[in-house]
Order: sequence, then structure tokens, then C-alpha cells
Amino acid sequence: MAGVEIRNLKKYFGDLHAVDGVDLSIREGEFLVLLGSSGSGKTTLLRMIAGLEHPTSGEIYIGGVRVDGDVPPRARGIAMVFQSYALYPHRTVFKNIAFPLEASRVPRQQIEAKVRWAAEMFSISRYLDRYPRQLSGGERQRVALCRALVRDPKVFLLDEPLANLDAKLRNTARDDLKRFQRQIGTTTVYVTHDQIEAMGLGDRIVVMEHGKVRQMGTPQDVYEDPVDTFVATFVGQPPMNLLDLGDPSLPPRTLLGFRPEHFLPRSTFAAGEDVRAFRFSVRRVEYLGSDRYVYGAVAESATPDATVIAKLPGTIAQAIPEGETQEFAVPRAALRYFDADTGLRRRS
Amino acid sequence: MKRVALYAAALGFMVFAGFPFYWMLVTTFKQNRDLYVGASDVSHIPWIFNDPPTLDHVRLLFGETEFPRWVLNTLIVVVAVVVITVAVAVPAGYSLARLAGRWGERMGMGIFFTYLIPPTLLFVPFSRLVALLGLHNSLGALILIYPTMTIPFCTWLVMGFLRSVPWEIEEQAMIDGYSRLAVILRVAPRLIVPGILTVVVFTFTLVMQEFVYALTFISSVEKMTISLGVPIALVRGDVYHWGSLMAAALFTSIPLAIVYNLFIDRFIQGFTMGAVKG
Amino acid sequence: MTRRAVADREDVLGVLMLAPSLAYVILLVGVPFFLAILLSFSNATAGSLRFEWAGFGNYGAILGDPIFQRALRNSVVVTVGSQALVVVLATAAAQVFRATFRGKRFARFILLLPWAVPVSLAAIAWTWIFDSTFSVINWTLKAAGLLHGWLYWLGDPALALVAIIIVQAWRILPFATVIVLAGLASIPQEIVEAAIVDGAGFWRRLFQVELPLLLPVVTVAVLFGVVYTATDLGVVYILTGGGPANTTHVLPTLAFQRGILGADLGQGAAIAVFLLPFLIVVAVAMLRLARRAEVGAR
Repeated sequence: MAGVEIRNLKKYFGDLHAVDGVDLSIREGEFLVLLGSSGSGKTTLLRMIAGLEHPTSGEIYIGGVRVDGDVPPRARGIAMVFQSYALYPHRTVFKNIAFPLEASRVPRQQIEAKVRWAAEMFSISRYLDRYPRQLSGGERQRVALCRALVRDPKVFLLDEPLANLDAKLRNTARDDLKRFQRQIGTTTVYVTHDQIEAMGLGDRIVVMEHGKVRQMGTPQDVYEDPVDTFVATFVGQPPMNLLDLGDPSLPPRTLLGFRPEHFLPRSTFAAGEDVRAFRFSVRRVEYLGSDRYVYGAVAESATPDATVIAKLPGTIAQAIPEGETQEFAVPRAALRYFDADTGLRRRS
Repeated sequence: MKRVALYAAALGFMVFAGFPFYWMLVTTFKQNRDLYVGASDVSHIPWIFNDPPTLDHVRLLFGETEFPRWVLNTLIVVVAVVVITVAVAVPAGYSLARLAGRWGERMGMGIFFTYLIPPTLLFVPFSRLVALLGLHNSLGALILIYPTMTIPFCTWLVMGFLRSVPWEIEEQAMIDGYSRLAVILRVAPRLIVPGILTVVVFTFTLVMQEFVYALTFISSVEKMTISLGVPIALVRGDVYHWGSLMAAALFTSIPLAIVYNLFIDRFIQGFTMGAVKG
Repeated sequence: MTRRAVADREDVLGVLMLAPSLAYVILLVGVPFFLAILLSFSNATAGSLRFEWAGFGNYGAILGDPIFQRALRNSVVVTVGSQALVVVLATAAAQVFRATFRGKRFARFILLLPWAVPVSLAAIAWTWIFDSTFSVINWTLKAAGLLHGWLYWLGDPALALVAIIIVQAWRILPFATVIVLAGLASIPQEIVEAAIVDGAGFWRRLFQVELPLLLPVVTVAVLFGVVYTATDLGVVYILTGGGPANTTHVLPTLAFQRGILGADLGQGAAIAVFLLPFLIVVAVAMLRLARRAEVGAR
């Protein structure tokens, strides 16, 4: 087991700066999620750790040993699971799982034992004689994980391994994955564009954009204390509301941010609670079962047309008529301030 | 009504495309007295067998001409050129698709464009080159020169094919413990088999069809290939043995047509180069 | 920890694997290509290895030669004529063969036959079809009452050119049809359906929606058709041998006659060099198409 250190890592494809100076320190045994939209550089970063891409500059250490440049993928002590699972189509499940062991010339009997152990762990022992094309998506995904596991890697690298599963299966697969990682305790780097996966799986999340790290922290840090407007709107569904109030009590050019679930009718707060109130003209209400989304505009905003969203839990039964203006409020503790020009968080 | 027009149009195209082959077929098995009736005799219908069919022309072709020899020569050239093409073009296509990075596409296109340089532009210098190498009038000349036509197209074909094969399986093998070379030698071949098959078929059909270089380099009858011998040397003096000629054309066309039919879509992908997104 | 050896060096492996192919292309296509141009400026003859610089002598000689002028004109006429025919027929054939009907597989097999058969064998079959005494075409026209005199297909210069154009179009048609079909298949069905919903009839759809979308693919078909036709030697060589009286030569057959049969390598090469304009036009057009496809794919 080992941690991963990344120092000022860059990868340029011609004019495209896919990864543009990333510093990361991944702790031993940690489950780290790289979160970003497509083109954010997260996959390129993962592939450089794996040794499938050569960095333009910068350093990568795995377990304290520098690996960038001269160490080929097979010698890095890593295992990787691709989005497509990359199972060898002409080999049975057993032979697929055995492949990395055969490649490192493990004796025959040990291979057999190890494959059976791993297959047991992912409950795919029944499929060992089948070919990948005879398996369902979920089964293939588990075979791929199994194959990664038998290598006893120092680091697991997972590239959107759940993206090809249907929504229902994805939930159970996520749970299985997390339990499995806790059990073996191997350092894991996980790439995804799905913020729910990121929040659910990661010990820490790295939010990436345009090849740069925007924020690194626990899911709670990233959600509650976004460092800038990008993270604030990228993480969370619906995204954080950002308002330009032109409020003279605040420094000029300040954006006020709050999460939709904190934006509730004034009447739901106790009278003495420290809140900031807004006149919220309701345009439309979406009933979603467990929640209601209320779309509207805030009269105090400098741009009164900007859509503001409130997310009301099912426990609030109060009627919200469309087309009327109501008093809504946000607890002051839940307010976040950003610089309108740089997008950066302001601690005031 | 629309259906009728459709069938009529389809029939029209079939007749245009297929009637020379029907004519080969009829000529091959017709008796001479049925065959050589002037076309000005309107009462004698040439499209059908007016006398019972005969195998005489086929017997003549295989028994008394050099045709079997030409078949053998063609096969020798086919096998040699296939071996050379696969050995050269498949690694090159792999290199361009997987190893050359951003230059692969450009260089692949550069190699492909040499396919456009036709034999009719090159046969003059080649005639000199072949003479210098002492290969004049030998199958060796064809074996040396034919790959100039197959390698560019097949390199391009393999490169395009590999684009459609996910890279990840090979990357997975590198992570699982193989070097790049080991991946190329032990994992990649399994993945490229269909591409190699296409290369073999393309090379086979091209060698079967080639005429210009054969005409330029080969002068003696016993060294000829089918496509050269049949039109050039099956003519005895001034007399065309049309029955045997058409038999030769027919028997050569049938296997080629079947092979073509099976592989047509693969070739087309090579020709359309991304102007069609498949 | 294992260090990257040669077996891991992608750049080294890439060069090693590409080298034989590049060597073949450079030594046996690139060098002869320049040799062809060089020879066209020399007085080289077969049989002798010596050759001297002849400047534009060969070009002067052939440009003043009516047989060459005729061959150049024939090349253009045959190429343009056959390809015009092919474009129209292939577009129509593709419309027919995209529909589903009984026996389509067989029909497609027949349609493809002309492309599969070796050029020289097809040409000899057509020679028999156009035979001066036994032409089945003449018989059919006569039996149908359409022909009263007699057509000497390969004996009359104008008719011989028509015959050559027919054979070239016949030979290229399957290839072009299949390419256009591939193009049709790649037009998103939604676009066609949207046009139907918008109330466009068959012809409007064909000319205003499908053909514009097909243009790149039809261009590819024509470009290859031009290369195949303009540079072809077999059809004319076997059908007419350039006759009667050298009236039906095209550039390749004339180059062969002068350069190989006549052993005047310099003049043969100079004639063949006149194929270059055809090829350059095609190459440039293809590069443009490829670039557009590249941009479109992003």
C-alpha cells in the first residue's frame, strides 16, 4: 500500500492544456474522487498516474518512488478498471482474472487459488467458465474489479467504472464498491463526472476544471464551503443560487450564494432566528414527491430576472401559489459570499 | 405501382451490370455452330441455346491451353504478395494507429495517397528498374512490384480498422503486466484478425485483377498470370477461341465475385475515409 | 522498479514497425515517380542503360504529334463522359437499392459483378459483345427493329469511343453505387423523417435534403472513378488497341506503345506525365474532403 504524490503535473496536447499544473497528495488507503465535466482533464490525470500518457512536465510518486518518465505501466504497482471494462473478449472469466498473474509468472496453483478467492469476494464464481459476451453489464464490471484485485496493487485506478450500468444497478454497485474498498484498504483514485457518485464514494473529492484543481476536500467541505462560484454551481443539484444584491452593507461586487434547500418560506423559521429575508415572486412549482422545487425571482436582486430556486422538503406542507410574491428567508449561517469578478469565495 | 417501378429499375440495373456475364455463360457452353452465326441473321436467337450445351470449350481451355499454368502462376504471385503485404502493412497500420500519436493520421494519409499514383505512370521507370534487377519476364518482378499497390491501401485499411477497435484492452494488458512489445506480439494479433483478413482479401483481388504491370514485365506465355494470359495469349494467331476465352473469364470471375460480395463493406470504409461516418 | 526498456518505448517501436512500409513506398513508389519525371526529360531507350538530358525535346515532340493530341482529348472525353454517366446512374441505383425488395441480395450480387471481374477479362468479354460480325447488341437492335444498317462498334472511331465510355461506366458503376449507398445509410434517419413531416415530397427530399448531404460521398466516388478511368490501360488496349489507325488511344495506351513497345522510354514517360493533372486535381479535392471530415468530426 502506498500514497500517491503529484507535483506540478502538466500535459499539453498541442495548444490544448489537458492537465495544467496539478498538485495532489493522495493519502495511503484513501478513496479519492476526481470530479469534473468531460474535458476537465480528470481522465488524462488518471492515465498519467497509470503510465498510459507521458506528462509534459511534473512529477508523480507512487509509494515514495518517482514513476513519471521511465517506469512502464506494468511496473507501477497499479491496477486499473476502464469504463468499458476492457475484458479480453477471447478469454473466459477465469482466464481474464488470471491474466495479470500469468503475466507476472505466478505459479499455476497459486493463480487458481487466487482467482477463486477473488471471484468469491465478488460472487462471480458461477461465471468463471463463461466468456465476457455472455455476461450482463454488472457482471462484467465485477469481473473487471476482480482482475484488478488479484494483482495486489498499491493503487487502484478506476475510470468511470459505473457509467455503463443502468441507474438502479449503479446504486448497489456503488455500495459494493465502497464496502470492498474499506475492506481491503487500498489507495483508490476514482474518476467520475457524476457528483452523486463523487459525494457518495469519496473520502475526499478533487474538483477539476480546464486541467486545474479548483478544490480538494471532503464531500462536506466541497458542498458546504465551495472555494469559488464554479464549485458552488458544479456540485449540488439544483445548483447553489447566486445573487448580485448591490447591498451597500457588503463590499462592492459581491455575489451572495445559498443552497436551494436553505431557501424556505419565512414562516418555517422561528421568530428569533437570524435569517435574511427576501421577497420571492413564485413563477412555477415542480412537485417531485419527496421535494418541491420552486422557481422564481428575488425582487432585491440587481438582476431581478435571474432565476432563483427553492427546494422545499415534503415535510413543509404550506401552499405556494404560482404567480404570487411570498416572503422567503435563508439562515445567515448558510449564506456564502463570492467576488463577482474573480468568482472566489469571500470570508465576510 | 411504385413497387412495379422499383422492380423495373432494379431489373434494369441488373441487366446492364450482369448481361456480359450472362453472355460469358452462354458462350462458354455453346456449340460452335450455334455460336458463330452472324448477328445479321435475325431468325437465329443468340441469347439462348439453340443446340444442346457442350463442354468442348472448357475441355479445350484446361486441356490444350496454358490456362492451368496461368492459374498456378497467379496463385504463386498471390501467396507471395499476400505474405509481403501482411508482413509490411499490418505493423505499419498498427504503428500509425497506436504508436505514432498525432502524426499517425497525417502520415497514414500520405501513404494512402501513393495508392493514387497509377501503374500507368510508373511502368516506364519500372521497366528500366526491373531490367536492371534482372527480373524481366519473371514472376519475381510482379512479386516485387505488386506490393507497391497493396501496401499503401492496406496500411490505411489496418489503421482505420484499429481505430474502431477499443484501445483499452491493450492498455489493460500493459497495466496487467505486459510490455508494449508483448502487447503487440501477444494481445494485439487477436484483435486485428478481421483487419488482417480484409488485407488478405484485398491483396488477393488486386493481384487477380492487375494487368498493366503484368503486360509490361512478362513476355513469355508460360510466365503469364490469368488476367494477362487470357486476353493476350489465348488468341491463336488471329483466331479468337471465344468459347474458351469466355470460359476462362467466367471461372475467374466467380470466386472473385463471391469474395468481393463478402468484403465489400470493409473496402468501402477504406475508400470513403471518414467522408461517411459509419 | 523496472525501467522502461526498448520493449516499452513507443516511439522506437513505432518507427521500427512503420519503417518497412515507408521504405517500400519511398523506394518503389516515390523514387520511380521522380524517375518517371526525370526520364521524360531524357532520351533514354530500353536496352541501353545510358541516357542523356533531352530538355523539353520529348514534350515538344509529343505536343506536335496529332496522335498524342487525339489521345489527350480521348482521355478527357472518356473520363468525363463515363463519370458523368456513373454519377447519374449510381445515384439512381442507390435510390433503388436502398429500398427493401424480394431478391435484393441476389440483385446486389449481380450489380457488384463488374467490379469484381478483372479489367482485362471484362474487356475481352466486351470485345466479343462488340464483335464486328457476331455482336449480340447489333442482333438485339435489329431484332427489335431499331437498327437497319450495321454498327461497327470497334471499327469506327466515334463508335469505338462510345464503346469505351460504356465499358468504363459499366466497370465503375458498382463501386460508385456502393459508396453512395454507404453515404445514404449514414444520413441520419431523423433528418429524412423531419423532411417528410415538413411535407417534402420524394423529389424535393432527394434534391434539397439528401443530395446536398450526399455531396461529399458522391465526390469521393467520382474522384476514385476519375483515377480508375483516366489511368486505365486495359480497356482500351484490349478493346481497340488504340485503333483504328491510332484514333482511340488514351494517354496510358499511347505511353505503353511508345515507351514499352517502341522502347522510347523518354517519350513514353513524357506522355504518362500528362496523367499528373488528373491526379493532382483528385488529390487536392480529397485532401479538402478529408480536412472537412476531420473538422466535422470534432
